[in-house]
Amino acid sequence: MAAPLLEVNDLTVRFRTDAGWMTAVDRVSLAVGEGEALGIVGESGSGKSVTALSILRLHAGPTTRMPTGKVMYGGRDLLGLPMRDMRAIRGSEIAMIFQDPMSSLNPVLTIADQIGESLRLHQGLDHATARRRAVELLDLVRIPDAARRVDEYPHRLSGGMRQRVMIAIAIACRPKLLIADEPTTALDVTIQAQILDLLRDLQAELGMSVILITHDMGVIAEFARRVMVMYAGRVVETAPVGQLFRRPLHPYTDGLLAAIPKLDVDVRRLPAIPGSIPDPTAVIPGCRYSPRCPMVQARCRTEAPDLLPAGPERQARCPPRVAALEHAA
Amino acid sequence: MYRGILMRLSQAVPVLLIFSVMVFMLMHLLPGDPAQAIAGPDASPEAVDKIREQLGLNRPLPIQLLEWFSHLAVGNFGESLVLKQTVVSAVIERLPVTLSLSFISLVITLPVGLGLGVVAAYWRNTWIDACVMVTALLGVSLPGFWVGILSVLYFSVTLGWFPPSGYVPLSEGGLWLWFSSLIQPAVVLALFQIGFLARITRSAMLDVLDQDFIRTARAKGVDEWTTISKHAFRNTLIPVVTVLGITLSLLIGGSVVIEQVFALPGIGRLIVQGILARDYPLVQGTMLLFGFAFVVINIIVDIIYTFVDPRVRYG
Amino acid sequence: MADATMSYQPALASGEAIAARRRFRILRKLLHHRSFMVGFVIVLVMVMAALLAPLTGIDPNKMAIRFRFRPPQDAYWFGTDQFGRDLFTRTLYGAQLSLWIGLSVAVLSGVIGAAIGVLSAQFRRLDSLLMRIMDALMAAPAILLAIGLGAALGPQTHSVIIALAVAYIPRTARIVRASALVTRELEFIEAARVAGASSLRIMFRHLLPNATGPLLVQSTFVFAYAILAEAALSFLGIGPPPPAPSWGNIIAEGRSFAVQSWWIMLFPGFAISLAALGMNLLGDGLRDVLDPRLKVEG
Repeated sequence: MAAPLLEVNDLTVRFRTDAGWMTAVDRVSLAVGEGEALGIVGESGSGKSVTALSILRLHAGPTTRMPTGKVMYGGRDLLGLPMRDMRAIRGSEIAMIFQDPMSSLNPVLTIADQIGESLRLHQGLDHATARRRAVELLDLVRIPDAARRVDEYPHRLSGGMRQRVMIAIAIACRPKLLIADEPTTALDVTIQAQILDLLRDLQAELGMSVILITHDMGVIAEFARRVMVMYAGRVVETAPVGQLFRRPLHPYTDGLLAAIPKLDVDVRRLPAIPGSIPDPTAVIPGCRYSPRCPMVQARCRTEAPDLLPAGPERQARCPPRVAALEHAA
Repeated sequence: MYRGILMRLSQAVPVLLIFSVMVFMLMHLLPGDPAQAIAGPDASPEAVDKIREQLGLNRPLPIQLLEWFSHLAVGNFGESLVLKQTVVSAVIERLPVTLSLSFISLVITLPVGLGLGVVAAYWRNTWIDACVMVTALLGVSLPGFWVGILSVLYFSVTLGWFPPSGYVPLSEGGLWLWFSSLIQPAVVLALFQIGFLARITRSAMLDVLDQDFIRTARAKGVDEWTTISKHAFRNTLIPVVTVLGITLSLLIGGSVVIEQVFALPGIGRLIVQGILARDYPLVQGTMLLFGFAFVVINIIVDIIYTFVDPRVRYG
Repeated sequence: MADATMSYQPALASGEAIAARRRFRILRKLLHHRSFMVGFVIVLVMVMAALLAPLTGIDPNKMAIRFRFRPPQDAYWFGTDQFGRDLFTRTLYGAQLSLWIGLSVAVLSGVIGAAIGVLSAQFRRLDSLLMRIMDALMAAPAILLAIGLGAALGPQTHSVIIALAVAYIPRTARIVRASALVTRELEFIEAARVAGASSLRIMFRHLLPNATGPLLVQSTFVFAYAILAEAALSFLGIGPPPPAPSWGNIIAEGRSFAVQSWWIMLFPGFAISLAALGMNLLGDGLRDVLDPRLKVEG
């Protein structure tokens, strides 16, 4: 693979809570190539959002310890960058959109102002030019009647339209990487499909890399080229999307796939993974998934498994399954 | 927008009506016989009766009420028994004093109160936050009139910087004398308001800083100062403006006491002296003017609110 | 119909058990809250001081012209005033007066304000009338209304209490009404009504208990305002008449001698500040624990 656009090495993020320190992200590594779509999938509490926020150093302040590890972009470690350089990258080279479009836009500023802010800040445009460009961007994200909408306030727009505005803000300066944290979770299913289509088209047009974070396997199947599965703060599997769905290598991935409702199969009850994610402050010896794993072995409870290579662009944190794959090969 | 103003005005009318009736009834609760007070202690009972007849005090209360309303309709707010002038002229004479005092106090209160609140919220849970909040707490806990007296003792009597009491109009003494006669009372008055405003602003700002759109601003690469001043502060103003009316009410209420302490011939002092002297037409008329002014202030605050929060603007 | 009401009862009973456990948790949180505990200790000390005032054995009104204008020294901890009265004792008895007035105003305005608030929320037709009256009461600044009413009722302790209570009732009513309106929108009220609960029942069992948080917080702040306002009223001559040792009176009397005998004015002022401070801290603590998102109302 050519040199990745963004490379995260051993990122660890810890929070202080009332019950003590908790490790939200535990030595997570990932890489995104140019123009590639990487999906990160996992339940709430898996650490996927914190990982994404840490790339731009947007995690909340005083209760977080400074993350350890490296986030390499353009030959520099973002975690060690002075804030002013970080701010130059934010919004112009690496952009981010968030889950809840209703609250992610400032209610007292117009759409033009909020989109224009990025343009004025990073490209030095004046107000008039920025406003014109904002209208173009609204057209690009398929908002009808853009010239009128641009002067409105966010509360006049529906959830789907607000998310499009967020996307417009994010791509305004043609970033090389877009991080989308659950962009469709708060939207209706029909709008979800439209937004995903839009993201896909924009990615192709602008040649952007995209990291898409979601808990929805269906969205992953539609969008990602490569997938990273996270559980309890750790990466448990990475694979190209086709291989992940056809031959998963981790029991957790099995569970996620089994829980997808299928149109052509008749089931009485949707299978669910028994148990729940571990207490984030608890220290578990051995594999973190072992309490819930249907094929757990004795050594899983005592030996913490490493992320093992399992083929080109494949890794899995389950020694028994990786071994089985090698035997089969 | 004009329809909104008209609507608010029409809603204010019943309130003012009820308020007027209340003020009227209040004054007739005041003990003491005004007719006697005017006639003097050694006037004959017939002379007292004659005065009572003149003032219409011997008629039944509902009739007096109606009479009063009819006077009000033509702008006659009554005549002061003690001062021997119309209530309106007495108020107009003293308006500049109260307005100057309130104005200087407000000019001090707004930036300091808002600023302290923002600072405390941004550096929450640090020593800065603690210092600001302790100061604000002291502001709302110290009695204004006591601080005023202590201030006079120190700054006027001991240091001799400012006059201990009295008001110097702009026309007579020029800018500095006018200002120095008002600065002490204005600051003392401002102490409570600053404490009050700082606490509310901090609370509002904390809520705003937790909102998602602040994270969006940072994700765009916006610097901290702009994030706070443009994104956070404008949203903080929304809840703060809603308490603007209360703040002004506290300010005017406070000035009533402060004017007494510093012997400033303002409207607050007028009312207090009127109450103590049982000059009920004066008190009635002045209270009513206060009420009207207050309702107008509230409508203005509502209008300001629509400018601050675009969600409320249409209709 | 009878069946529906009967099945409604047990649901409420378990609700009460949950409420009891929640109250215990709240108590524990309060004990750990720094501001609340500081305020609580201050108020406790003042209450003890007020209750134990008679222990000094000195009559607060006893004049001793020979010993007037003594600065703070051995026997006279706070000094003596222009009539030779012991200021420490007078300040302690003043605490009795101020705390009693503060408590009465807070309770009175709390009870009546809560009643008005809940009634307005429940009966919409009553709402417009009651709220207009409340708005009218708020058209003048609280202290002005209190001055007017206090003067009308005469210079006595109970006139101050009534005057201040009336001034603060509308503010309390507004807060309780706001809370009750929110509670009313919750679905379980609809369920209760369908089960046949009467308006009275809804008000007492649901609206009122849910409003106790904001009500309690508001009442502590009213207590603080009342202490400050009473002092101001006494200072203006509209409070408990001399020789009552109201802190405001002592300051008013001591003002004329302030340059020479600064101690007369100083200590009562500290006392007022301390009492208000304690109550404000208490209120802050209650607000943080009961609902950190409560709007602060003046």
